[in-house]
Amino acid sequence: MTGAIAAPTLAAAHELIPHRGIHHALGGGEAASAHEAMHGSEAATGMAMHNGFAAGGTVDHRANGFDPSELVRDFDYGRTRRLASGRVLREWTLVAQDKEIEVAPGVRFAAWTYNGRIPGPTLRCREGELLRVRLVNASSHPHTAHFHGIHAAAMDGMPGVGEQRGGGLIRTGEDFTYEFDAAPFGIHHYHCHVMPLAEHIAKGLYGTFIVDPKQGRPAADELVMVMNGFDTNYDSENEIYAVNSIPFHYVDRPIRVKRGELVRIYLLNILEYDQLNSFHIHANFFDYFPTGTRLDSTEHTDIVALAQGQRGILELRFPHAGRFMFHAHKNEFAELGWLGFFEVVE
Amino acid sequence: MMEARTAAGRNSFAGAPVWLLGLIPLALIGLTLGAFALLGGPGLGQRSGVPIEDLAVERTVLHPGEFELMVRNDGPDAVDIAQVSVNDAYLPFTASDGQRVGRLGSTTLTIPYDWVEGQAYEITLLTSTGGTISTEIASAAETPDAGIGFYGLMTLLGVYVGLIPVGMGMLWLPFVRRVTAEWMRVLIGFTVGLLAFLAIDATIEGIDLAGGAPSAFGGPLLVFLGVVAAYLALSAAEGYLGGRQRKVRDGSPAMGTGAAGTGAFLALLVAIGIGLHNLGEGLAVGSSYAGGALALGAFLVIGFAIHNTTEGLAIVAPLAETRPRLRRLAGLGLIAGGPAIVGAWIGAAAFNPSLGAFLFGVGAGAIVQVIRQLWPAMRETADEFLPPVAVVGMLGGIAVMYATSLLVAV
Repeated sequence: MTGAIAAPTLAAAHELIPHRGIHHALGGGEAASAHEAMHGSEAATGMAMHNGFAAGGTVDHRANGFDPSELVRDFDYGRTRRLASGRVLREWTLVAQDKEIEVAPGVRFAAWTYNGRIPGPTLRCREGELLRVRLVNASSHPHTAHFHGIHAAAMDGMPGVGEQRGGGLIRTGEDFTYEFDAAPFGIHHYHCHVMPLAEHIAKGLYGTFIVDPKQGRPAADELVMVMNGFDTNYDSENEIYAVNSIPFHYVDRPIRVKRGELVRIYLLNILEYDQLNSFHIHANFFDYFPTGTRLDSTEHTDIVALAQGQRGILELRFPHAGRFMFHAHKNEFAELGWLGFFEVVE
Repeated sequence: MMEARTAAGRNSFAGAPVWLLGLIPLALIGLTLGAFALLGGPGLGQRSGVPIEDLAVERTVLHPGEFELMVRNDGPDAVDIAQVSVNDAYLPFTASDGQRVGRLGSTTLTIPYDWVEGQAYEITLLTSTGGTISTEIASAAETPDAGIGFYGLMTLLGVYVGLIPVGMGMLWLPFVRRVTAEWMRVLIGFTVGLLAFLAIDATIEGIDLAGGAPSAFGGPLLVFLGVVAAYLALSAAEGYLGGRQRKVRDGSPAMGTGAAGTGAFLALLVAIGIGLHNLGEGLAVGSSYAGGALALGAFLVIGFAIHNTTEGLAIVAPLAETRPRLRRLAGLGLIAGGPAIVGAWIGAAAFNPSLGAFLFGVGAGAIVQVIRQLWPAMRETADEFLPPVAVVGMLGGIAVMYATSLLVAV
């Protein structure tokens, strides 16, 4: 629709021009206006038709520091420069920080975040680049950033490994720069790997990490969806389920897409405490690329099940205009918040 | 010098009216505490840790397409009920007195839900801090509306489990009149055993109930407060009535010593004690019925009838040597059995676990007092502890109550 769709076609420019602010401004503006257009009438009627929260309750996205309607198209390309060798160096800074997040209307959760948001920024790069991710620990607990990818042991974000090089456990106030190659192409993720591991992940320290293939992918309206949840009462079971953190968010504010246009969803399941999560789309089928590491689809389906940490790319076009639900087909999760709508427009 | 000052001080106090002397310490306590509170408890600092959230679901009402929960804040801090889920599904809801519930405050949550009769439901309240409080509906059934028909049904229930069995038990009176003194002691022992069973049973039921009540109101403490209050109140009543009776009988000292009183008087006390117990029993039956946990089957009513018939025997046992008129007997039956009806009304219409726990305590306390009344009648002489026949009777009473209680597992 706007910047996010155009992004892959501007691949060359991406490599050299820092422009994250532009993305942000475009994405934010579009989401906000779409929201205003939809909210008044549709949200009210939507409430009565299916599961949801107490009427009138919404999450304060501004205080949270992120809005799922913007986050869904927010890709962080970092800062780039060309090295003497001709290779592109791409850099990001992640700040681990403690933050209270309103995870459902009226429910506050003492979260741990990367850059004050859950999920953390969607880091996006191109196959073959040199990547540097600086982790600054501003949290009151020790953390790491453990990337799924291919890298040296000291860059693994594992406590006890690479400590002599300043890696391993990153204590409060310390920082460390992870350096590795962008490989293999596909959709991956990063998360904290400090014990107790389940808690460090469940509290919000995770994000999506996308490596585009050298030749790029066909132009599409690209979305990132992180299937997650929150254990608000610390009993090692989730009270809240969602995609992109805020339950029922896309029920109140459906994701707008154009009829007939290619939609690409980068889907990650990071949900802690539950064995399996799933994604199901109503009235449509998608091509599925497990982990996105091959350019050929392995399946044409309308449902995909993912264990924790599993991820893949979905490609689809909506042949009809209207509202189409998407949700976990583990219906308990759906009714506890992992439920949303696409609004397909002409 | 010293002495003079002390004397002067004493004199100045001596001049003050008594009420003032009583009031001064009270006023000082008030002032000190007021200042302490105004200054925010100097030196104590803030309480560490997260707010303590404690909600008790006092009452669950089911109407077609709707759950209604009466929730009371049982903890020291205010609680915000942010969201509500039923069987793991978040749902819209409304709160009658707002979603924020202050200490000891309450609010009624109404949750539209198309529930199915006989199914179990778990309703979970998610608070602003992410804490959860769950309540279970074991078997969904519509809560009866408190109409005339409903009160009629509760009355009938009270008559079945209270009045009729007690009345039938009192038909043992002619038999009681004819038995020997030895057998009489067995019968009184039987009555005491039976009452002891009821006292223990009522205490346990009360404590059970208190488990579901807000602990801020005392919880199980309420049961024991009920016991003590009822015991003391009945002792006072006994002293008052006993005194009047002695005056009426022209100053002649009561048979036995002090406590025992006449047979008619004893029978009245037994009836009151059993009546208070039946109030609690009616309450339990009424609330179980209203909550859908109790099916009013014939078996249950028969069980209660057998169980409570023995209570009638307890009332007439002290009457062996008197010739009471029928009206008086009917009155005793009403005192003992009637409260079951009132209990059933209260239990079904406005059940509150704290009140229920207290009433069970009252029933138990009343019975303990009655046992104390009956005790001397089991003995041949005042210095004897207990004759073996009375002990046999007591054990028999306990055994019969235990056996018949198996018929009425509510």
